[in-house]
Amino acid sequence: MASETEAAAVIDDGVRRRDFINIAAVSFAGVGAAAVVLPLVNQMNPSADVLALSTTEIDISAIQPGQAIKTSWRKQPVFVRNLVAKEIAEAKAVPLGDLRDPETIDQRTKPGKENWLITLGVCTHLGCVPLGAAEGENRGDFGGYFCPCHGSHYDTAARIRKGPAPKNLVVPPYEFTSDTVVTIG
Amino acid sequence: MSFPWAKNYEPQLPLMKWLDEKLPLPRLVYNAVGAGYPVPRNLNYFWNFGVLAGAALAIQIITGIVLAMHYAANAGVAFNSVEHIMRDVNAGWFIRYAHMNGASMFFIVVYLHIFRGLFYGSYKAPREMVWLLGVVIFLLMMATAFMGYVLPWGQMSFWGAQVITGFFSAIPLVGEPVREWLLGGFVPDNATLNRFFSLHYLLPFVIAGVIILHIWALHIPGSSNPTGIEVKDEQDTVPFHPYYTAKDGFGLGIFLIIFALLTFFSPNTLGHADNYIPANSLSTPAHIVPEWYFLPFYAILKAFTFNFLWIDAKLWGVIAMFASIAVLFFLPWLDSSPVKSSTYRPLYRIFFWILVVDVLLLGYCGMQPAEQPYVILSQLGAIYYFAHFLVILPIVSRIERPLPMPNSITEAVLAKHADKTSDATA
Repeated sequence: MASETEAAAVIDDGVRRRDFINIAAVSFAGVGAAAVVLPLVNQMNPSADVLALSTTEIDISAIQPGQAIKTSWRKQPVFVRNLVAKEIAEAKAVPLGDLRDPETIDQRTKPGKENWLITLGVCTHLGCVPLGAAEGENRGDFGGYFCPCHGSHYDTAARIRKGPAPKNLVVPPYEFTSDTVVTIG
Repeated sequence: MSFPWAKNYEPQLPLMKWLDEKLPLPRLVYNAVGAGYPVPRNLNYFWNFGVLAGAALAIQIITGIVLAMHYAANAGVAFNSVEHIMRDVNAGWFIRYAHMNGASMFFIVVYLHIFRGLFYGSYKAPREMVWLLGVVIFLLMMATAFMGYVLPWGQMSFWGAQVITGFFSAIPLVGEPVREWLLGGFVPDNATLNRFFSLHYLLPFVIAGVIILHIWALHIPGSSNPTGIEVKDEQDTVPFHPYYTAKDGFGLGIFLIIFALLTFFSPNTLGHADNYIPANSLSTPAHIVPEWYFLPFYAILKAFTFNFLWIDAKLWGVIAMFASIAVLFFLPWLDSSPVKSSTYRPLYRIFFWILVVDVLLLGYCGMQPAEQPYVILSQLGAIYYFAHFLVILPIVSRIERPLPMPNSITEAVLAKHADKTSDATA
């Protein structure tokens, strides 16, 4: 009888050969299934063409002090703002301890070019485009940018001051190729 | 899984007898929604909304399959393909408006279904699993509706996708990678639109599957009823068919009249004009709001404008919003009162109606810009919402003295009947 042969196969510690086969088969199938899940999950990540980090060149010669323009990089909006001395002074006057995401304006601009504030135009709360880049738009309580979606206020260095956003507007990687041309990316 | 006096399926035609032996599908239907399912005799019209939700899902699936024959899920042409449906496809305007407003009708009947459950204590033992599966269906509906709203690729579609996927970026450390994984890019784009279309097509069938589980779980104890007293014997019940097929059929007629009025005379009232502007990743609409059925949850999200403890405002908002639905999963255990129906719960009944007002207030605040007094109103509304479930319910269910209850459904029905006849003779 089968049960007798099985009983005979039981070794001293109570482990049967069949237990080993069961565990081996289930583990093998489990590892295989997990391996198949990997590409199925990974296909959702940004594809190579999306990842190919494009660079955008911007001519900033036409931006007068106090003005800002909106352009785009990797399909995300970018704000380029030519700060006036008063705005820089305002940004410098704020003690770092008062900031939710403490950064000085020098950390957020290039040396010698501190009037050029270049940030992503993507609110760090839930990703709306804040107002304040175009003439006549609401710049919020701190004279920088204001996100109308959920009411985040950014100051003249595009740092978060009030509202639900956790971080300052992101400064993308960029460099001045000449005095009037900036390359982002 | 049914009462012992449930009628047995007895096929008459030879073909049906043959079929019953090979594949007893008609038997299954007979026992589920036919004369073989005994139902309490005293159900009121609030018990129509489950069937109406099923009808709404069927309408969405049928119109949706047809729309998919004409729609193109590509960011370059999606918006125009929807306009093509509206202008060129034969009867396309009707099918799209029916699908658009069908979503709203689906949520209307589901909200009424949920509040019916809250009022009559349908979530209590032995029907906890019915309630839990219902909350799962509600979550799936929200995901499906959101992804469907993205497909026309208008301004509200795009910015809705941006904001809602932004919720995930609030997760500490892995938030941003998770968001990019969901979007397949840095902003909603072609990859996003394609996957949302794929999932929007899939999820309704998942919903249909969970609905089957929902009904299965319901049919084990049988339907609840307005008295909250369990069925005791045969005289407490009537067969589902023809009694409730007729009653549900009548309700379905009313539902379809309202649906038709909305679709034919006011198809864009519940939508947003901004969604007829093609998606523009560089310009957020001045006033972005979700569809009406998400407004209370959106208000809870917006209520958090300040960092609190070591968690920032953004994460608080997202946690609170998800928690506002997650709390429903615990409802059967938060309310420990053995009395189900609010009819016999004088204290709970008051708080039930305050909750209804609170959810309406949150919905109103969700519609308003992020300014005072709406921020403070949302904050108070959100606090009350959680207090209702986490503080008020557990306390009320302990201190409340319920009203005297009849011994059986039949006794309740006959008492009512006696009242009426004595009124008539007096």
